[in-house]
Amino acid sequence: MGRSLWTLLQRDLALIVMRRQDVLTVVAFFVIVITLFPLAIGPEPERLRTIAPGAVWVAAALASLISLDRLFADDWRDGTLEQLALSPQPLALVALAKVAAHWCALSLPLVALSPALGYSLGLTGSELAVLALSLLIGTPVLSLLGAIGAALTLGVRAGGALMALLILPLYVPVLVLGAGAVTEAMYDSAFQAHLSLLGAGLAVALPLAPLAIAGALRIALD
Amino acid sequence: MSARSIPWLKYAAPPNFYGLADRLTPWLWAGAGLLFLVGLYVGFFVAPVDYQQGNSYRIMFIHVPTAWMGMFLYLLMALYGMIFLVWRIRMADAMARAIAPTGALMTFLALWTGALWGAPTWGAYWVWDARLTSTLILLFLFLGYMALHAAADDRDKGGRAASLLAIIGAVNVPIIYFSVNWWYTLHQGASVIRRDGPSMAPEMLAALLIMTAAFWLYCAAIVLRRAQLEALEREPGAEWAQAAAAGALTREQRERAAATATIGDVGDHDEGDTLTGNTATKQEGRN
Repeated sequence: MGRSLWTLLQRDLALIVMRRQDVLTVVAFFVIVITLFPLAIGPEPERLRTIAPGAVWVAAALASLISLDRLFADDWRDGTLEQLALSPQPLALVALAKVAAHWCALSLPLVALSPALGYSLGLTGSELAVLALSLLIGTPVLSLLGAIGAALTLGVRAGGALMALLILPLYVPVLVLGAGAVTEAMYDSAFQAHLSLLGAGLAVALPLAPLAIAGALRIALD
Repeated sequence: MSARSIPWLKYAAPPNFYGLADRLTPWLWAGAGLLFLVGLYVGFFVAPVDYQQGNSYRIMFIHVPTAWMGMFLYLLMALYGMIFLVWRIRMADAMARAIAPTGALMTFLALWTGALWGAPTWGAYWVWDARLTSTLILLFLFLGYMALHAAADDRDKGGRAASLLAIIGAVNVPIIYFSVNWWYTLHQGASVIRRDGPSMAPEMLAALLIMTAAFWLYCAAIVLRRAQLEALEREPGAEWAQAAAAGALTREQRERAAATATIGDVGDHDEGDTLTGNTATKQEGRN
């Protein structure tokens, strides 16, 4: 079972990497959204520094949302998803493998890039480390929650906009805790509490979200 | 379907549900109207003036019940969604779908009256307070449920997806509330809402409870009525539905229809087949 899931993970990664365009689009989206903040708010370093954690986190949440749009759509359209659902592996684990591949290919680049963007908004030193760490813990939760939305909106009219309406409210806790950790770090106070809670969120989402995704996929395949 | 012998499934059959709702709603409407009158009278004329807020606090008699109803209805909707997903009882989905607009309305009214109350007391229509923000998110959850339910071409499929979303949302509501609370205490130490004012006068509490009961009855009446229409929409061709729409559903017709009604996939484990079978019946009904 482990081997076939590993194969699925590799296949999904290979598919995403083959279409490098997709990865680049999401990364470019992330950078552009962050660029909009200084343009809209003004270039004063102090002001930018205050909004930096929120800006990077909002951009990451939106990038995660738009990249998840097609997580299951291609496999659903060509029938691969049906085959995966019929395979002996539990659908929840299949979903987890797909989300993991998606996160490695599309969210890790954002995490890696985040210190540079944080620096451009005026964050320094350890704040950048906290920013990257909070994104490292938080973006998997975003991917897991977003995957539920992607599965629920499979084959539904106006899928993309609907998915934003369904999923963004569920993103709220992650956003609050993630951006909160960085803000705490800026004031030299205890940011570990936020990161711990974020980790707790990941620990809860990791076993539960795949079950919800599998349930939603079954509804879509019915 | 042996499950039909269980009495609590009686009202899962749409004709029986329709009859029950027909008998209940007049009483619910009457009770709601009466309690609204009594509650508003007590609230406006009997309850004393608040020594801090003057008369403006009286909007509480609408604000607090609507906020409670919004949260209660969301949980109830998720519960019906769960019943639909587990036992595939179609009326449960009809009820959940009927609850959503009323729940959204209640949440919206809570926000609206809260804004009107906030203007004289806090000096602002809107502040990013933890309660306000989480109520706003609750409204989005209701809207998401309705949008997802309506977006699917197949009513059953949309209902199942939306039910799953409602359950996920119900699990998330406490987490959202907690995180928003956390966020709020982080950003501004002092609270805007002062709940440690004078303890409530008994007349105020009475008015509040009466108004809550009135809103509860109103919600029950309107939800049952909407679920009735939903039940008719689902079987437009059926004889009982035609008779009911004309306002002349006889007891005999109802019982005959209930004996052959499709409740859902109760007691049937071969879900794939029955589902397609039922969809086919529904399609016929639609044509």
